[in-house]
Amino acid sequence: MRYLTDRQRVEGLGSAKEGVGHWWTHRITSVALVILTPFFVFPYANAIGHGAEGLQALYASPFHAIVGVLFVLVTAHHLMQGLQVVIEDYVHNTLQRTVAMLANTLFCGAVGIAGAFAILKIAFTA
Amino acid sequence: MVELTLPKNSRITVGKTWPKPEGATNLRTFKIYRWDPDSGETPRVDTYFVDLDTCGPMMLDALIKIKNDIDPTLTFRRSCREGICGSCAMNIDGINTLACIYGMDEVTGDVKIYPLPHMPVVKDLVPDLTHFYAQHASIMPWLETKTNRPAKEWRQSIEDRKKLDGLYECVMCASCSTSCPSYWWNGDRYLGPAALLHAYRWIIDSRDEATGQRLDELEDPFKLYRCHTIMNCTRTCPKGLNPAKSIAEIKKMMVERRV
Repeated sequence: MRYLTDRQRVEGLGSAKEGVGHWWTHRITSVALVILTPFFVFPYANAIGHGAEGLQALYASPFHAIVGVLFVLVTAHHLMQGLQVVIEDYVHNTLQRTVAMLANTLFCGAVGIAGAFAILKIAFTA
Repeated sequence: MVELTLPKNSRITVGKTWPKPEGATNLRTFKIYRWDPDSGETPRVDTYFVDLDTCGPMMLDALIKIKNDIDPTLTFRRSCREGICGSCAMNIDGINTLACIYGMDEVTGDVKIYPLPHMPVVKDLVPDLTHFYAQHASIMPWLETKTNRPAKEWRQSIEDRKKLDGLYECVMCASCSTSCPSYWWNGDRYLGPAALLHAYRWIIDSRDEATGQRLDELEDPFKLYRCHTIMNCTRTCPKGLNPAKSIAEIKKMMVERRV
């Protein structure tokens, strides 16, 4: 129980003076993914069924390797920002929220780095 | 976490079915949420039968008839009965709207009336809008100036005045904010569509000199960016306004001043 005025409850800790960066980056990455996704998915789908050689042949091309790395990193960043919004929306307990945010950053970071590493490894061992 | 079920003391039970008016042939059934804080009971839904031959065409007419002729304890807010005061906002047949400008012919079957969703209830159809009004006050809903010239009225071009159309008409009925899931889950910090529409109304006013300060105050992951543009606000607004567009315009301005 706290005796606060109605206005105090609204003001809280004041404005964080941020949020636009997150919002704008999320839009930029979504537009980037609209462009990157077909360049990544269609060649990848063509390579399926041709074994490791198929993928090695695909990522021997610098263009496809760079597009692949970009796609994976941008997807991971977009995913992290999207999940962060979901956590902010629905998880209200401060401890749970902090743990969820940390887990989200680590998970998406790991996904991005592992994906980029995998493509680069195929590219450089082709 | 978000609560997806009602707390035990808020679960709604079947209430009283009031007798049909004698001799009436043109009856309409109303199922209305009732809760009295003094009774210690959980909320219930009472059933009323209204004789449409002796009742006006609007939902508010039926509510007033029920209060006058059937059950004087039924509690609701109303004042202007023409959609300008915003008092009689409630959830009718699943839509947040003003009872006074919502016709009975717009609903088929039984009419279900509840208070505005996800707000503390004072009694029956009366929600507690204290926090909602404080949020509106926090966006500085007035013309803020820093210079004292001109000393007479501040003129505005016809084009600049037109920018306020679709904004100044908001009557603060809270239909939009209480239709927004983000406002349900984070209403303590998220300002909601109504307060943000009003914020934009002053941001876009050509005479206002505090635009930057207003944007500074709104730049916050919770105050502004809980809006995910699902447009419930625009869909439900009984005045036909577009709060979602106002919020989008604020977000555009936030980007504009940094790129």
